[in-house]
Formats: sequence, C-alpha cells, structure tokens
Amino acid sequence: MEAPIRATGILGFTLFSLLFFVCRSSPLHNLFISNAERRIDVTSHIVKVYLTLKVENAGTTPTSEVLLAFPPTQVDHLATVEALVTKGKRKKTTLVRLDVKPTELPDAPNGAKYFTIYLANPLNSGESTTLEVLYLFTHSLEPFPAEIGQSESQLVHYRDSALILSPYHIKQQTTFIKTPSTKVESFTRVEPTNRAGTEIKYGPYEDRPPYSFSPILVHFENNSPFPVVEELVREVEISHWGNLQVTEQYTLVHGGARHKGVFSRVDYQSRPTLSGASSLQHLLARLPPRVHSVYYRDEIGNISSSHLRTDSRKSELEIEPRYPLFGGWKATFVIGYGLPLQDFLFESSDDRRYLNFTFGCPLLETVVDKLTVKVVLPEGSKDPSAVVPFPVDQHLETKYSYLDVVGRTVVVMEKKNLVPVQNSHFQVYYTFKPIFMLAEPLMLASAFFLFFVACVAYLHIDLSIRK
Amino acid sequence: MAAPETSTAAVPTLYTNNTLRNAFGGVLSFFILLLIGVMAFSIRLFSVIKYESVIHEFDPYFNYRVTQFLAKNGIYEFWNWFDDRTWYPLGRVIGGTVYPGLTLTAGTIWWLLNSLNIPLSVETVCVFTAPIFSAFASWATFLLTKEVKGTGAGLTAAALLAMVPSYISRSVAGSYDNEAVAIFALIFTFYLYIKTLNTGSLFYATLNSIAYFYMVCSWGGYTFIINLIPMHVLLCIVTGRFSSRLYIAYAPLVVLGTLLAALVPVVGFNAVMTSEHFASFLVFIILHVVAFVYYIKGILSPKMFKVAVTLVVSVGLAVCCAVIAVLIALVASSPTKGWSGRSLSLLDPTYASKYIPIIASVSEHQPPTWPSYFMDINVLAFLVPAGIIACFSPLSDSSSFVVLYIATSVYFSGVMVRLMLVFAPAACITSGIALSQSFDVFTRSIKFQLPGISSNTEVDAAETSSATAEAQNDAVKTEKSEETSKNRPSKKSKKKEKEEKPSTKAKAEKRLLALPLDSSVISLLLLILLGAFYVVHCVWAAAEAYSAPSIVLTSRSHDGLHVFDDFREAYGWLRHNTDVDDKVASWWDYGYQTTAMANRTVIVDNNTWNNTHIATVGTAMSSPEKAAWEIFHSLDVKYVLVVFGGLVGYPSDDINKFLWMVRIGGGVFPHIKEPDYLRDGQYRIDSQATPTMLNCLMYKLSYYRFVETDGKGFDRVRQTEIGKKHFKLTHFEEVFTTHHWMVRIYKLKPPKNRIRGKTKKSKSKTSSTSSRGKRSGSGKKNPWQ
Repeated sequence: MEAPIRATGILGFTLFSLLFFVCRSSPLHNLFISNAERRIDVTSHIVKVYLTLKVENAGTTPTSEVLLAFPPTQVDHLATVEALVTKGKRKKTTLVRLDVKPTELPDAPNGAKYFTIYLANPLNSGESTTLEVLYLFTHSLEPFPAEIGQSESQLVHYRDSALILSPYHIKQQTTFIKTPSTKVESFTRVEPTNRAGTEIKYGPYEDRPPYSFSPILVHFENNSPFPVVEELVREVEISHWGNLQVTEQYTLVHGGARHKGVFSRVDYQSRPTLSGASSLQHLLARLPPRVHSVYYRDEIGNISSSHLRTDSRKSELEIEPRYPLFGGWKATFVIGYGLPLQDFLFESSDDRRYLNFTFGCPLLETVVDKLTVKVVLPEGSKDPSAVVPFPVDQHLETKYSYLDVVGRTVVVMEKKNLVPVQNSHFQVYYTFKPIFMLAEPLMLASAFFLFFVACVAYLHIDLSIRK
Repeated sequence: MAAPETSTAAVPTLYTNNTLRNAFGGVLSFFILLLIGVMAFSIRLFSVIKYESVIHEFDPYFNYRVTQFLAKNGIYEFWNWFDDRTWYPLGRVIGGTVYPGLTLTAGTIWWLLNSLNIPLSVETVCVFTAPIFSAFASWATFLLTKEVKGTGAGLTAAALLAMVPSYISRSVAGSYDNEAVAIFALIFTFYLYIKTLNTGSLFYATLNSIAYFYMVCSWGGYTFIINLIPMHVLLCIVTGRFSSRLYIAYAPLVVLGTLLAALVPVVGFNAVMTSEHFASFLVFIILHVVAFVYYIKGILSPKMFKVAVTLVVSVGLAVCCAVIAVLIALVASSPTKGWSGRSLSLLDPTYASKYIPIIASVSEHQPPTWPSYFMDINVLAFLVPAGIIACFSPLSDSSSFVVLYIATSVYFSGVMVRLMLVFAPAACITSGIALSQSFDVFTRSIKFQLPGISSNTEVDAAETSSATAEAQNDAVKTEKSEETSKNRPSKKSKKKEKEEKPSTKAKAEKRLLALPLDSSVISLLLLILLGAFYVVHCVWAAAEAYSAPSIVLTSRSHDGLHVFDDFREAYGWLRHNTDVDDKVASWWDYGYQTTAMANRTVIVDNNTWNNTHIATVGTAMSSPEKAAWEIFHSLDVKYVLVVFGGLVGYPSDDINKFLWMVRIGGGVFPHIKEPDYLRDGQYRIDSQATPTMLNCLMYKLSYYRFVETDGKGFDRVRQTEIGKKHFKLTHFEEVFTTHHWMVRIYKLKPPKNRIRGKTKKSKSKTSSTSSRGKRSGSGKKNPWQ
C-alpha cells in the first residue's frame, strides 16, 4: 500500500526542481537562507530533525514570517514543529519559542505544505537571524525487509532529500544523518557525501535554488523497538473529596518489521542479544509524584510484571507486557493511578476552578496515533472549557457513575499523531459549588432513613384480613 | 409460644421478664447472624487479597463468559444463543444446555447495580457472587436448623457453615461456579420444606416450589432434592406420621416444582421423562393413596374399613404390578436405563471408571480419601454422630429429615469428592445441633449446681425459674401431650414438641444429668477448644489451601515470591496476535479458558457433551505427527496449544493427563491402544518409554527443543531425563512459548504444494499410511519410527 505512494512521491519530488521556475513569481522571496544545517536523528523510531537556519532579508520591506516547506508525504507523518530563536548577545543567550502555524499557500508546487514561523521582531531589510527548528516525524522509518525472523536484525529505510526543501534560496547547506549503529547497508550518494562512524554527511551544497530536491534513501540497522500506541484513552476523574483518578487504556503495537515464522523461547532466553533484538520488552511510564494505588492490568486480570519507583519529584513505572512484543504483535492494557487533588486542581482568579494536567502519553519514546483525553468533572459542575496549547477536537459527554442522578460532564479532547515532546499541560476550567459534594451522602442517608421508617411502619400496621 | 403462657399462669411476674428477654435475644441473634454473614463473606476474600480479583479455574470462566454475553445482549438473546466459538465445527446451543441460575443471578445483580449508576464491571460482580451467596447460605442454614432444633442450634450451625472448608473450596471470591448459589438454594429449599411441614401453610409450600425452581435453574444437583424429599415423605408415611401438613408440604412441591422445572430449557421434559424424577411421582401417588385411605377410614366404620382394605389391596396390587411392569419395560428399553452417566456413577461408584473414561478422568469425580474428609469438614466429622443422636431425642418430622439428609449425603460424598459440598451443610446442621445441645446440657448443669449465683442475676433467674416452672408444669403437660400423641403422634404441633424437649430434658437433668460442676466446666472448655481448633483450621484452609485461582501460580523461594502467569500470557498472546476466526485445538480442560480469555474458537471444551469430538482430539494428540496434522487439518485447526510443566515442575500438565487422552481416544478409535504407550504397564517418558509414546504428537509438542534449556532434558515433574531429546517437527512450527514454558503454542504448517515430485511423495505417503494400516491390523512393532 505504502510503497506505490512513495514511488509516486519520489517522482513528484524530482519534478519539483522543474516546477520551481513556475513558482518563481511568488512575492515572498525577498528572504534567502545564507546557511542551513540539518541534523537528522534516526536512532529511535521517532525521527528528530534539528534545523538551523540563518535567514537574511534581501528585500526592501521588513518581514516577520519565515516559511518552512515540507513534501506532502512527510507532512502526514509530521508530529510537531517547534522554532526557537536565540536572543541576546554572547554568554547571555536565551532561547525564545516562536509561534509556528500551518499555512496554506495558493500556488504550492506539487502540493508542498507550509508552516509559517512568526518572528518575534520583524526582520528588517539586510538583517539576519538564526532560527533553531525542531521537527519530529513518526512512522517514517520503513522496515526493509518488511518481515524478519526472530534472529534477524531490523533494517529500515529512511527517505528524505539531500537538499532542504525550502521556498527560499539557500546559499550553503549541510545535512547530517545519525544512524543508531555503524551498520549501514546502503545510502544514496549525492556528492559530496561521506560517512564517518554513525554519521552520514551530505554536503555542503552551495547555492541551491528554491524547491530544490534530491531524494535520498538510507538503508540501515535500527534494532530499537518501535512502540506505537494505536489508541490511548486517558480518563481523568476529579473527585472533590481529594482524589484524582487517572485511567489509561492502551492499545500497543510494535510498529517495526513484522515478525515472521517461529518464535522460539529457547533462543530468546539463551541468546538475548542475537535473538529478538528489536523486540519490545519493557516500557517506562513517567507518572506524576505522589502517585498512589497504581495498577497495571488488562482485560483478563492483573499483569504482575511491573515495578514502581517513586521519589519526591517523579514516579517511574516500569511495565512489561505479558509477552515480549515482536514486530506487528499487539497488546492491550490499562494503567490506572490516583493522585492527590491539591497537586492538580487550583482556583482561578474569577472564582472558577481549573485542572492542570499533562496532555500526552506518559510512556517514554512512544508514538501515539490517536489520543483521547476525557476529563470527568464532578457532578453539578458547570461551564466547562478547556485550554490546550495545540489544536484538538473537543466535545462534551455525560457519564454516570456511583449513584449519579444528573450525570457528570465529561470534556473530551482528541488528537492524532502525538509524540512525547508534546506532553505539555492543558487546563480545564469549570465552576462547582461545594454543596454538591454532599448530594450523594445525603441521598444515601435519606434512602436508608426511609427504609427504616418503612420497616417501622410495617411492623406497626396490622395488615391481616382477619379481625 | 406455649411456654411463656403456661409459665405466666404459674408465675405472672415472669411474663414481662420473658418478653424482654426474647426481644433481647431476637436483637442479639440478629446481630450474630449479621456478623456470621460478614464472616462468611470476608473469609472468602483471601483469594482477592493474596492474588487478585480474578475468575478462578476452568468452569467459572465459562460462566463468566455467559454472564458477559447476558449483560451485553439481554435475556432473549441469551436464551437463543448459539455459540459458534466452541465445539468447532458443531457449535453449542448455550441457552438450552446451561443451568441459567447463576448467570441470571449475577446478571441481575449487575443490572441492578448499573441501573443505580454503580459502575461495577461484570467481572467484579461475578467474582463476588459466591461470597455473597455463602452469606445467604449461612442464613438459610440458621433458618433450617432453627426450624429443627431452635435458635441456639441455628446460630451454631450457621456459624459452622459460614466457614466450613468444603464449602469455602467452591465459593471463594472468584470461584464463580454453579455450586456457589446452588448450596444456598439447596438449604433454602430444605428450610421451606421443613417450614411447610411444621406450619402446614400453603404460602410456604408455594415459596418452596419457587425455591426448588431456583435450585433447578442453578445446578444439576437438584435431583438430590427431588429424591431426598420423597424419601422423607415416604419415611414419614411408613413411620405413621402422615398428616395434612405433610401433604401440603409435598403435593404442591411435586406439581408446581415439576411444572416450573420443565420451564428450564436444560431440564425441559427431563423433569417428567428421566428416572431421576420417578421417585417423586411414585411417592406422590403413594401419598394420595395414603391420604385417601385416611379419608375413607374417617368416614367408614372399622368393620367396613377392613373389608374395603382387602378389596382395594387385591385390586390395587394387580394394577400396580401391571404399571410397574410397563414402567420397567420402558426404562429398560433405553440404553442407559434412563439414567444419565453421572447419576449412574453415583449409584454404582465403579460405573464411570468402567464405561465412561471422560467422567472418570475428572479429578473431582473420584471418590474422596479419608484425609479429605478431615480437610473439608474437620471436627464436624466427630460432631456429626452426636448430632444424629440429638436428632433422635426426640424424633420429629424435621429432625428425621436432618437424619435422612445426612445419611444420604454421606453416601454421595463417599462416591464423588465434588459432592462433599452437599454433605457439608448437613454436617454443619447436625454438628450445630450437637454443639448447641451439649452446651445446653453443660450450662444447665452448671446453673443447676450453682443456684446461689443464678438467683442473683436477673436473666439467670428467669432462665432457671422458667426451667423450674416448666418442670413443675411437666406433669400436666406430659399428660396433655400424651393425650394428643395417643392417636396421631406426628400431628403434635411443632411448638409442643419444642416444649416437650426442654421440659423432658429439664426433668432428666433434674434426675440424672446433674453433672458435676468441675466436669461440666472442663467439658465446656474442651468444646470451646474444639470450636477454636475448627476456626483455626478453617481460616488456614481458606487462606492457604483453597484460595489459589489456579490460572496464576506463585511459589515462595528464598529470593521472594515468584509468579507464574504463563496461562494468561499465552491466552493474551492468542487474543491479540492471531486472527479472530482461527481455531485453537487443545485438550478439553483449556477450552473454557481459551474461549473466555483468548476469545478464540476451540474444538472441545469442558462441557464434555460430545465424546467423539473429544476422542478425535485425544487421538490426534496420541498419533504421530503426520496423522495428527491430518486430523487437525480436517478440523480446520490453525493452532495447537499444549500445557507443559516439565521446566518449572507444574504437575497437572498435559503429559500427566496424556493417558486419559489415549483412553478416551482409544474408546472411539480402536487403533489407539493404551498398552502401546505403556512399558510393562508403566507410564514413562524416559529412554525406556515405548516408541509409540516417544513419537506421539503430545510428546513432541511438549518436549520440542526442551533439551536445549539445560543440555540434558531433565523433566522436573516426572523427575527424569526425557527419552527422545533431539527431534524436528515437520508439520508444526512453534509460534509461542510462555516465559516458564508452561504453555506452548504451535501452528500447523500449510499443506505443501504438490506440483513437483508428486510421484515420489505420494509413494512415501502411501508407504507410511500402509504401515500405519498394518500397525493397527497386526499390532506389531511401531513402524513410524
């Protein structure tokens, strides 16, 4: 399925340089990049790209927007883009985060997608600035061969361009690709190219016009497991009696090369380094401090292979799936824990309450394809509103639990393609009157009272027909 | 009550004292009962605390799955449920072949809780159903024993039942099996029967039929009720205790009960067609004849009556003979003589092992050993005879029922370990009676010895004075009772009997049982010690012996607790990493667990309704690889699951069950012969094992590449080195083995293409098949090695 798409993609990219002349007329191009350095880290299954751009304004008008261009196939796998700018003189440099937003341009060649970096201060004519851009790709390492046996190591393809795709003219650029080991099967040569140790260097290339593209393919060994959470549902339930209950339902899959043929336990146990090197054996979840009543189970009961380490700053839960996950194998499980409410619930200035909690998945080095966060507010709370630092799909639901009458409002937020970097905090604001806390105890008490009254009444009434 | 009335006539001031005392007694016994219920519930939670809240063993998983289905799809879907995930390719009609009582009970509890917005999962409800119902069962025991011998005995019996190990073994939290609710239903049905017998109220008779209906819904053991109650009725008639109360207690039960029982799909027309129920109908007829005779006797003069009797007896005998002859002919014409295999094995303990290996292969169908009695009922075994004696002094309708109950259940428990469960309540009731009566005797004699003390305290004063008042009234009352008992001894009201019992006792104590103070104190202490021993044993049994869920095992070694969670590892793997419609073959023990935990289709499961199908799997397991592959392939099996304990020393693995596979397989397919697998009558897997054994599929799947673990292939269960160490599998491939090797899953290799080398292959195939044919024909040395 994927292969033909990619092939057409490559074909398309080679056309980019031809099309570039058509797009020349774009009014944006009074900027140019004097120096670009790109470091691509493919050691884990999340591809991290660090891009350092030195942007110069050669035009006459000041501009505050810098465009990043991505080929459409990469955009689908793009999890996050962050841009930083260094501020201040030497020694006293601070990094300032810049706004990055996806942008649609009318005449994008071959469906290239853009992200706009909004500079803090407009770049005047003749000035230059240095931008640090980080972006992450998920599902970008394609296992090849797609199926491996237990004793084979996992080889993957990484496809990119030796030249940085950019709507601007780039004077000088270099690309480094860092592979996890020295075992590299092959890589496309776009001279000058050389390889030293675990690093492949493309460049430096001089004076490349906008939308230059030169596809490369790196085939290398990557024996790290590819933990992918296909679906994660996090439910955060607020109880004003002092507890925050978190329940997380995972559907985990090993996204690497599919396992083929036999699984021999004897090989796996006696030769752990050779056999099943890319298997997923354990995961680390970083939980908030002061976590209590942690459980780790699945639909058929408790999973006994987990360890919890707590200290004052963080808690770490090391979990092992019931069986080692080989490529393509799946597992589902649930992690649940309680947290003290005062660490996460605050009162805002306008007399509302808000929950401040992490959005993402607590498992380290894990890609989440689809994340649903549900915040269950206590019964009787009103006007919920969520503040999330990135765009998410939101809607409201109602949930009934433990003797509810009107039901609890649930704020549901959904996001696709999430990486651990995005474990930023979100806030849910709502209003709640503490008197509602007493509703259920009072209800129970009155029910029992009525029951006893009924008993007493029954004992004192003679219901017999005979006199 | 008659007692306070008579005593007020004598001493009017005592009346207020006594009502106050009764009220206090009522409140006290209510709280004691509440505590007994709490204890019955909480003593069964050891499994949750020590392990986890999880369904145990094999059958509970099936019940759990059915309950899940019920909770998800509703009752109508449940009745019509055809399960295509088991007994592939036959399937199973679940709604019509399952006792729905337990499932419906748990489903109702779940539905009730959820409609109150208490979001408990079906699993949680299922786990805690058994402890809840054991609390109910202990309350039912109280009611039953109270009807028989009064409140004191009732409380003692309830306390004993709350923690009797035999019942704990089947009702710990997570042990979600039919017996959990059935024992409650059993005791409650008996209680309502006795209650009806004592009161003669049609209301209780109707309730009794409904309780019987619940029992029929819950467990196949309902046949015990429908045979025991007729036996008791017959006993009452024979001993001349026929009364209208007996008629009211029995006739509605048979009519209503049978009608209701026929409503349960799994019973259906069996309620009138099978021999298990005939006794009740026969007694029903006898009861009517007797009632008719009494009626005739009432309206005719004695002379006329004699004539009528001779007439009726001569005609009646002829008719009876004819009817019985027809019945016998009918019953004898059916192959199993109208009795199901399990019932037959009850009557003839050797029946099952002789004819039905599939029944004999289940360990809970074996006769128990003597230590298991001590393990399961402990000191009750010594108290039971005393209780039986106490039931005889004086013998009433209800106490004779208890005697009958214990006598029959002792027999049944001797036949099958599983029926210890029916015996345990009877043992508790009789022991409760024994304990409470002996406490009664000792405390009374202490009070009798210490009149000074007793006069001081108010309550004691009331006690002794009422006792003396009773003693004073004795003469009058015994006269009265003799008067009433002259013509119809069984028609004495229950209350009068109750009255009579302590009064005669008081009299007896006064004369003979003035036990010495010190000896009665020592005896009391010894009794308390006995009780304490029982409690300690029960708690130990609940905590250590009966709380293991058996799907997760633990072992304590010097470096701490070690958990063996291999079963769930394998089921979890199957659940997530095989195709939804793949078929998994394993021995039938693991069928329920595979369908419930792995959600995969199985060939056979623990509902052993189709012997041929099980024999097919047994044959495959005991055949050489190629033949086994053909059998499995014909059944569309994708994976074969075997349980192997040789690496960690888990004794109940498939190799140890293997002879049963051979036996059951050989019972249907004669080419599998048990002697082929035995060397000089011994079952062994070492180098002395027969070649048939070393080449069968079960051996190969269990020991495939086992030698590579330690270089020798030492089996920790059999304590020996395996016979054939290095071999390859040609038709199966290992796809999963759990961490401790306890479960191994193999995949059938796809059939080979037959394009090239067809002639050669077919040649070798024909030779192999022909050699197999020869083997079965001539029975000489095994040719496939």
